[in-house]
Amino acid sequence: MKRYFANTHFKRLMSSVAAMAILELMTGPPGSALDPTAGFTGSFGEASSFFGLFRTQRWVVFLFIAFIMFGLWTSWLTWGAQVKTATTKAMSVPRSVSHKQPVRWGVTLVLLVVALLLPHLITDPFWQAAMVEQIAVYVLLALGLNVVVGFAGLLDLGFVAFYAIGAYTTAWVTGALPTAAPFGIHFNNFYAIPIAIGLAMGAGIILGAPTLRLRGDYLAIVTLGFGEIITIFANNLYGITGGSQGTKTIPHFSLHVGPVKYLWGLTPVPYYYLTIVFVILFLIGFRLLEHSRVGRAWTAIREDEVAAESVGINPLKYKVMAFAIGASTAGFAGVVTASQSNTIFPSSFTLQFSINILVLVIFGGMGSITGVVLGAIVIQTGSMYLLHTPPAGYQPQDLYIYLGALLVVMMIFRPAGLVPSRRRHREIGLAEAGEGHMDEVLTGDTP
Amino acid sequence: MLEVHDAVVRYGAITALHGISFEVAQGEIVALLGANGAGKTTTLRMLSGLHSPQSGQIIFEGQDVTTTKAHQFTSLGIGHVPEGRRIFPQMTVEENLEMGAFGRRGSYSDDMERMYQTFPILKERRKLIGGNLSGGEQQMLAIGRALMGQPRLLLLDEPSMGLAPMIVETIFRIIGEIRDSGTTVLVVEQNAAQALRLADRGYVMENGRIVFGDSASNLLTDARVRAVYLGESADS
Repeated sequence: MKRYFANTHFKRLMSSVAAMAILELMTGPPGSALDPTAGFTGSFGEASSFFGLFRTQRWVVFLFIAFIMFGLWTSWLTWGAQVKTATTKAMSVPRSVSHKQPVRWGVTLVLLVVALLLPHLITDPFWQAAMVEQIAVYVLLALGLNVVVGFAGLLDLGFVAFYAIGAYTTAWVTGALPTAAPFGIHFNNFYAIPIAIGLAMGAGIILGAPTLRLRGDYLAIVTLGFGEIITIFANNLYGITGGSQGTKTIPHFSLHVGPVKYLWGLTPVPYYYLTIVFVILFLIGFRLLEHSRVGRAWTAIREDEVAAESVGINPLKYKVMAFAIGASTAGFAGVVTASQSNTIFPSSFTLQFSINILVLVIFGGMGSITGVVLGAIVIQTGSMYLLHTPPAGYQPQDLYIYLGALLVVMMIFRPAGLVPSRRRHREIGLAEAGEGHMDEVLTGDTP
Repeated sequence: MLEVHDAVVRYGAITALHGISFEVAQGEIVALLGANGAGKTTTLRMLSGLHSPQSGQIIFEGQDVTTTKAHQFTSLGIGHVPEGRRIFPQMTVEENLEMGAFGRRGSYSDDMERMYQTFPILKERRKLIGGNLSGGEQQMLAIGRALMGQPRLLLLDEPSMGLAPMIVETIFRIIGEIRDSGTTVLVVEQNAAQALRLADRGYVMENGRIVFGDSASNLLTDARVRAVYLGESADS
């Protein structure tokens, strides 16, 4: 028996089976108080279809998958290195091509057309609503947090605060709160945009200026506290914010310019286009910012703060700037959500929310604009899919098991994210190519 | 050019500098010598704004810079090569040099060319990321980066630290060239023999005080210096 355990093939096989057994438990039916072992026995013994071929029990299916996993694992160990070299070679060609301006513009144009046609291709009302509320808005939020976390390297766990400020400002400006609207006028939601961005930015500066001297963990704790403070304010300042009931009377966006009149209503498609326009504007803005003087200062601070100071960069100034820009993006996202859903509740502005956005950024690739957009789309689409067509036994809170597992796997295999930022990608590329070929790797990669 | 009067620096209860005074004149290389913990690095940190002195005064070109912040020093004309080089590890050599010119307005391509002439190895390596360079190359990059800010006074903290003797030789030769091209240099060094051969003047520090200062040639022959700092390296 001992000999078997020393055998690497046997160990690999057992690991595969064990992993699948855990997955089986995770995806199996929940237990109940009456029959505590039902979750366990059901996970393995429940009837299941063997890929639609014949009826059997769950354990057979999972054992089969475990064998496949064992096979893939073994063959990866045998031929993996060759495959890696081959793909690196194959990938290096399109990578260098993709940096040519016309190709990049072409790809951007195609994506733009797809984005504009999407509501006509997907007509399911659930997905149309999800595209606005759960995907486009989250892309915006992820883009904003990416400036703070990815560009400037600051860990912000209270991002939700600025989102809440944006949402409550919309309610205030449009006269949906118990507090009187400014100057007693119920403004159009469009006016809420600059005001919300301004207020969120102001909050970012007020919070950032004294606290951004802190580093790492300390900053995370302070921002965490700030997020909680805003939620508690919203919950308890009954006369100002409407308390835990929130408000349900925020109007939709409307446009009255001369003869042009348009009211954004309950249908999600007009909101989709409105949000997409702003997503594109933010994308362009952040792309320019990334390659500007400010962007380079952020990179320098992230890499070595003392060195950054020694070349004349004021770290505090640029950190506060990143914080304010991130905050204003969240504030804007708050305006869109509040207007689109007409309602806000303090209970939706939780720490969980901040962490969700952070997961999108980490998953997509910190500091990579393409990465975080893709990360937000992938994760949000995935979780919406699970909500829309849940697999047997799936409950909404199970989502976090999957997200957690996904993050663990990501950290092992792709620690820099789905689409790592170019700087990180270059670093990884260099390490894999070895010293002799550094220059070759880099020639296609210079801005 | 630079005058320090009675500067006191404390870290909490510990006094690192007990009121030191010295000066650096235009166009010379001044070496600050001393054993570990003598206060050399604290002095440089103070001069580059990373620590403000609790009392005393720092005057640069007639201007009081005692409370100036670290990031403002480059625009005053003081360049700092920090201890341990501290280049930006994920930026290329080229980008590192560009960062050195961060505080400047206008074009700096002439200076880039000049840096590549002074450090030909950096030109060869200019597309490589800084973290992959050897120690000596990183030191050259750190010096080049500081020079990109067009300093009139260059502060060098332990330029020979962790480098092979042959490379130290090169680095010191280049420091000499920097002085010859008009930049004043203040260098902190443990390698006293090497530093004194290059410097015009030197100060010897001990326990947070400057015990004496003299011309480099006098220091090299001074019995006290020979006994304490050149004991082993004097023969080599």
